[in-house]
Amino acid sequence: MTEMAGTPIPHAPGFIANLTPRIVTSRFDYEDSHTLARYESTGGYQGLKKALQRTPEEVHSEVRDATLLGRGGAGFPAGVKWGFCPPEVWPRYLVVNGDESEPGTYKDRLLMELDPHQLIEGCLIACYAVGLSQCFLYIRGEMAVAQERVAQALNDAYAAGYVGKNILGTEFSVDIVLHWGAGAYVVGEETALIESLEGNRGMPRLKPPYFPASIGLYGQPTIVNNVETLSNLPWILEHGAQAFTAIGTETSPGTRMVAVSGHVKRPGVYEIVNGTTTFRDLLYGIDMCGGIRDDNDLKAFVPGGGSAPWFTPEQLDLPFEASDVGPQGSMLGSGAIMVMDETTDIPAAALTLTKFYAHESCGKCVPCREGGTWLEQILRRVVEGRGTSRDLDLLIEVGETICPGDFPHAAVASKGIEAVPFPYRMTTICFVGPSAFAPIHSALTLFREEFEAKVAGNDEPTMIEVAVDV
Amino acid sequence: MKFFTEENLELAHEIIGRYPKPRSAMIPLLHLAQEQEGWVNDDAMTEIAELLGTTSAEVLGTCSFYEMFKRKPVGKYVINICTTMSCALMGAGDLMKHAESRLGLKSGGSTPDGLFTLEGAECQAACTEAPCLQVNYRHQYRVTPDQFDQLVEDLASSDSDIPKHGVLSQIRQHIPEDKFVGSTPPEDVVSAPVWLNEDGGRE
Repeated sequence: MTEMAGTPIPHAPGFIANLTPRIVTSRFDYEDSHTLARYESTGGYQGLKKALQRTPEEVHSEVRDATLLGRGGAGFPAGVKWGFCPPEVWPRYLVVNGDESEPGTYKDRLLMELDPHQLIEGCLIACYAVGLSQCFLYIRGEMAVAQERVAQALNDAYAAGYVGKNILGTEFSVDIVLHWGAGAYVVGEETALIESLEGNRGMPRLKPPYFPASIGLYGQPTIVNNVETLSNLPWILEHGAQAFTAIGTETSPGTRMVAVSGHVKRPGVYEIVNGTTTFRDLLYGIDMCGGIRDDNDLKAFVPGGGSAPWFTPEQLDLPFEASDVGPQGSMLGSGAIMVMDETTDIPAAALTLTKFYAHESCGKCVPCREGGTWLEQILRRVVEGRGTSRDLDLLIEVGETICPGDFPHAAVASKGIEAVPFPYRMTTICFVGPSAFAPIHSALTLFREEFEAKVAGNDEPTMIEVAVDV
Repeated sequence: MKFFTEENLELAHEIIGRYPKPRSAMIPLLHLAQEQEGWVNDDAMTEIAELLGTTSAEVLGTCSFYEMFKRKPVGKYVINICTTMSCALMGAGDLMKHAESRLGLKSGGSTPDGLFTLEGAECQAACTEAPCLQVNYRHQYRVTPDQFDQLVEDLASSDSDIPKHGVLSQIRQHIPEDKFVGSTPPEDVVSAPVWLNEDGGRE
């Protein structure tokens, strides 16, 4: 189809360069970083060329050796995930998860807007290594500019012979189809993403099977990888797994993109060394966020996207490493840190997250659909000063119907509270339900006095207004 | 009654042809309908059902799940103010109040002239640039009340590049026929891709 009336595409702001080796953001400084010309002149498609000179199994091993952890949230090694495809079952598909919408997360959109060819090259390498016959690049519906950038890049890549039939003159042939969503957070869950791609309501599938690699799109083996994960592949193939594992730690090699938002002096997206950079480096480092706004005190921060239990200043020295953060009661998730300074109204802040998850519940599992809604309404009553002290227990009671048992949380030495390690147990298929409870549980555990102040003096319970929209 | 224009119908067939199963084109076709009309009406869903070989109830089922599909007319410009945590910490609540009073409506409402619809939205992946909003799914960063007023004025006087509601990507993917590998429906038994064979693709 012809291009429609073109309008200038504004550059996405947000990225801040620091001293870290740059793997996925290496072209972000160029005004024309999204063009094929710039990509080719800065080493673009070299990883693919190198891959095509080797056998698919060798390429797969290289990625497995690199211990490239999934950057979407769960942190599962991509090379191992690829290996879950049952042998001799064809066709098999690649679905790219570009449905970035976890609260606080801002990296995949940058990668798609500023370096779409790097993502395309990553898709091609994955398809070659695992023998995937078609790739669907699922971009979040609300990202019009990312869709434009990727569409243009795909058109250019097809014309130049990088995508489609007989790539670079070899037998390797694969299509990349641009697909886009229509506004539903839960579609970021990989089985919901597949449902959505099949034209259905985006509801997560029952597990097992735990990995769509065995049964996925149309019941066929399907690899679902995050945008940032795939964007690492060109570099790994060009420089080798050894160069990749030389950065970061043994268990978390390479770099990660992390978005720091909220009350810091320089909120931004940073590429940091995985495993060694600490939260303090990020929040206070002079080449990073530069401290809390107005030199206020730090009250709390969310370390890994809206679903993650909260941390306090006592956890600042933990490194960005899953095996350190998990036992301390939270997770790294999607690389999103939200910072709250001393002026923050904690119950109100928790409400902004619980409201999100209640709103985004797909409605499949009752504990999430009903529990999330009630959590939001009870918390709203507390925040607005209409709650009673019984409401605070009620919040925990409702939360426990979604997550029975001890919910993970950070230690607060000053209050004698010990950490409960991640993860939680849950009564729902996916993580949306527990995520509605996570901010409430964290806020109540760490800052119960703020809730008590809001309900002080209220003994008579007020009815919750249930608005019915017909 | 037919809904799609001839040009869009042709485009619809091209989109369907890219998927192993037609139903996968459901969301792209609903977007196409919304692009044509500004919202998704019943005729559109009926025709999409015919194109995909399913029922209009199935199309409605999918359509009603997704926030972006409007089943009632909305303004030419849909303004979504993010109200999730990062934006809320940086003043999204005040921005929303300001927007409501500037446009003279409540979140969820439209102006009588059909120009604006205002909505509270969830995280828009621009958290470091808070508070942010989107006009027809195009971002505006670190928006102050004054900037909001300016934005509304620019949009009202057509002094803006932002296309009408329903238009997402202004660049469409086009796969040249001679490069299109084609998709194989899963039920057709196929063997491993040739490049996975011993010396496939290499000499």
